[in-house]
Amino acid sequence: MKMQAMLKMVLLGAVLVAATQALASHVQSLRGDTDLTDEATAPEVQYYNKDGQPIDRNYVQQPPLIPHKIDGYRITIKHNKCLSCHSWKNYKSKNATKISQTHFESRDGFVLANVSARRYFCTQCHVPQTNAKPLVENEFKPVEVLRH
Amino acid sequence: MSTSKIKKFGLACLAVGAVIGIIFWGGFNWSMELTNNEEFCTSCHEMKDNVYQEYKTTIHYSNRSGVRATCPDCHVPKEWIHKVIRKIQASNELYHKVMGTIDTREKFEAHRLELAKHVWKTMKETDSRECRNCHKYDYMDYPSQGRRAIQQHTKGFDEGKTCIDCHKGIAHELPDMYEEDPSAVLLKH
Repeated sequence: MKMQAMLKMVLLGAVLVAATQALASHVQSLRGDTDLTDEATAPEVQYYNKDGQPIDRNYVQQPPLIPHKIDGYRITIKHNKCLSCHSWKNYKSKNATKISQTHFESRDGFVLANVSARRYFCTQCHVPQTNAKPLVENEFKPVEVLRH
Repeated sequence: MSTSKIKKFGLACLAVGAVIGIIFWGGFNWSMELTNNEEFCTSCHEMKDNVYQEYKTTIHYSNRSGVRATCPDCHVPKEWIHKVIRKIQASNELYHKVMGTIDTREKFEAHRLELAKHVWKTMKETDSRECRNCHKYDYMDYPSQGRRAIQQHTKGFDEGKTCIDCHKGIAHELPDMYEEDPSAVLLKH
């Protein structure tokens, strides 16, 4: 009985190892097929799009995309570079879009006097754009009400 | 002494004076230049561990064309008289080095706003002279700038603004900017 159980375990183990190996040969890591000991080819450098006009939204709740470069912009608790143009105080003089009122709400729905901490880190939702080609084919179309 | 001897003595004095003058003047300038490079600036840990590390991540340290602006390029005037005045002011920095005013990260952070304000004030007073050693308004090619840069530069210069009015914190981390612009800082309680 004991012998049989052990044999089963060993067989199961062998099957598992074989299965993982079979899977592993098909799964590609982000660095491609290159061995760990070899140097992988660096992916092509992507450049941020040049400063442009605001980009249309693709769906209703989409956080607006950043239509300009943000190289070197820092967002720390001491200063937020984005808000030096997009805050309600600065947007007019900087000719920028102002952040929406929703950014002043605490998670309990209270309206605060300044940007809420949960909305302070802009790049968690708003991202700049590069000229990168989509990795997979994509036929996404915006909803009818947002099409121009 | 005959007149020819006096003449000879006078000439000798002049020659010796000239040589001594060259040695002293050269030596003075040499030692001033010795204290006017990155290696000297970062020989104190106060500079090396704080502002220097921050500067190394910025465009003035590494950029596409490989032109680097080192510490004295921005912090020491190029013109002789302004340079000497700045060097004399630097004796105050020696005092604070001895007193250990900013000898830990915590102390440095506590003084960061005050230190930054000194630099901003000087830059404002000199119309950002050290920036303009390389960046001159008249030399700018606006069409090759970005959309926002064209707008802001033309507007700013029309209003008589100077570089530092907008370009703060470009080479080092900013201090707490609550005093400067509370709308761009995490909510204070």
